[in-house]
Amino acid sequence: MVLAFVVVPLVVETQYWYSSILIPWLCLALAAVGQQIVMGFAGQLALGAAGFMAAGAFACYNFILRMPDLPFFGALILSGLVAAAFGVLFGLPSLRVRGIYLMVATLASQFFIVWMIDKFGWFKNYDTSGIITAQDIVIMGKPFTSPMDMYFVIVVIVTVLTLLAINMARGRTGRNWMAVRDMDIAAESMGISLLKTKLQAFAICAFYCGVAGALFAFCYLKSLEPVAFDIKLSFKILFMVILGGLGTISGAFIGAVFILLFPVLLNSVGNNVFHGAIDATIISSIEQVVFGVLIIVFMIYEPLGMAKLWENIKQKIQLKLSWKS
Amino acid sequence: MIELLFFIEVVVAGLLAGTMYSLVALGFVLIYKASSTFNFAQGAMVFFAVLAFVGFMELGMSFVVAFFAACLLMVFVGFCTERLVLQPLMNQSEDTLLMATIGLGFVLEGLAQAVWGVEVRRLDLGIGDFPIMWIVDNLGLYISALDLTASLVAAILIIGLALLFKYTKMGLGLRAVADDPGAASSIGIPLKNIMLLVWSAAGVVALVAGMMWGARAGVQFALVDLALKALPVLIIGGFSSIPGAIIGGLIIGASEKVLEVYIGPYFGGGIEGWAPYVLAILFLLYRPEGLFGEKIIRRV
Repeated sequence: MVLAFVVVPLVVETQYWYSSILIPWLCLALAAVGQQIVMGFAGQLALGAAGFMAAGAFACYNFILRMPDLPFFGALILSGLVAAAFGVLFGLPSLRVRGIYLMVATLASQFFIVWMIDKFGWFKNYDTSGIITAQDIVIMGKPFTSPMDMYFVIVVIVTVLTLLAINMARGRTGRNWMAVRDMDIAAESMGISLLKTKLQAFAICAFYCGVAGALFAFCYLKSLEPVAFDIKLSFKILFMVILGGLGTISGAFIGAVFILLFPVLLNSVGNNVFHGAIDATIISSIEQVVFGVLIIVFMIYEPLGMAKLWENIKQKIQLKLSWKS
Repeated sequence: MIELLFFIEVVVAGLLAGTMYSLVALGFVLIYKASSTFNFAQGAMVFFAVLAFVGFMELGMSFVVAFFAACLLMVFVGFCTERLVLQPLMNQSEDTLLMATIGLGFVLEGLAQAVWGVEVRRLDLGIGDFPIMWIVDNLGLYISALDLTASLVAAILIIGLALLFKYTKMGLGLRAVADDPGAASSIGIPLKNIMLLVWSAAGVVALVAGMMWGARAGVQFALVDLALKALPVLIIGGFSSIPGAIIGGLIIGASEKVLEVYIGPYFGGGIEGWAPYVLAILFLLYRPEGLFGEKIIRRV
């Protein structure tokens, strides 16, 4: 956290780093934390994160547009709550089905929410261009517009919400989730209400995704368009959680780094090494192949995800240190 | 009378389009049945297969030769998948396998585009996407020749696969593996060969599905998204049932068209995108295991 508040602003100076790496990383990591809660902790395979993000983003837009007196944080929380309402609604099938079936059921949320925003002009304030410019973020009368300012806003929100998530996961709520994940029938017979636990997980997941979606739209995209929240984004968030490691909050952040930075890295490698020699479309296709191969290799050698890998490395270092002393 | 005729036409068009979904869903079912792996790469396989087919045609091969070459290629893909992806991942959890197939999907999509390029191609099967005059004259219904061919091909494929599973030794082995892989391999059923067979069959099915879709919409990247449309089909039919895939496809195809034509206008259209999913949810609430799926019994 010290790193985020003090070191990063001192070290990182270029706008590029803020606006195209740090900000989307934090936004998507927040969404991944939500996905982690519903999938890693409560064990419900859901694939509609981008739908909830869209709901949050457009709710935030409308709150700011229609209630000018509302402070930004208020609008953010309210839009999170709107997304949470959707989360409960689309979490209902989880009471009946599980696994892959549930995943398909939650896909409905993805398609339905994006379609709804697209079809009813009210959500977009009857803007016909399809792309709406997001309002500036104003907190206490001070506009936050430069990437660095926005970065601070996001860091504060993400830190608070992440701490909250860690505490939830550690406490009674988290234990209930994990009990349901490991064996829902056993959990039920121990007196844990499945209805409450599952829907709670979905609501909290959608809340996180909603806030993340609003931040993503306002700070990174700076515009609102339903197309930005398509199924690909949902998949990305799913990847982050699985690659990062299920059932760990840190996994969400590590996974987000990997998913976000790896294409950037591959791209720059591809451009610098094969510059001009090969067609650009072929380079991007090869990037895709490398990415896919990496996912497979990763699944083969470390199915528990990157958080586990990190844990192992840490243990080895600790072991070595204790040997010396 | 005209209205009734129109309704029938909509339903028939939907049913025939549904067989196309069934073809995609069939590939999923084959693999799920044998290895209870949900193969997310099926859409990419469809894309890869048909792009390869078109690519071979452009090399100057005749239709039949190109078809067999593409089939062989898909068998090779199945072989590689089995050796390089599935074997190392044996006995891993379903989530892990799911992720691995998503990775496989990326590889196939990337490879296909790297080798054959990204532009949309036309695929001419010699069957037009226009109504058959004979039916128009006699019954007054407009039915596309392509739809009809697709459903015939689907029917032949399905009957062939059903016979293969029911009456050959390989099919018996496959059913044994589907039931209990551990027990099956302990009585000497070659697990590797079965997996290879299943993935190859799924590849060939993907090729046929891709050719049908490609003839209609052009061979392009959007074919990958087809796999998602097959999901509600699977939900309705059940993940492990071949007849289920067919009936599910028909239900989705017909209801999607009917809903779009009769209810869509009230919402400004475009409900085709999510209507199948909502339908699938409704089905799930009533029958969580699908129409033909095995009853799920869970114990503590």
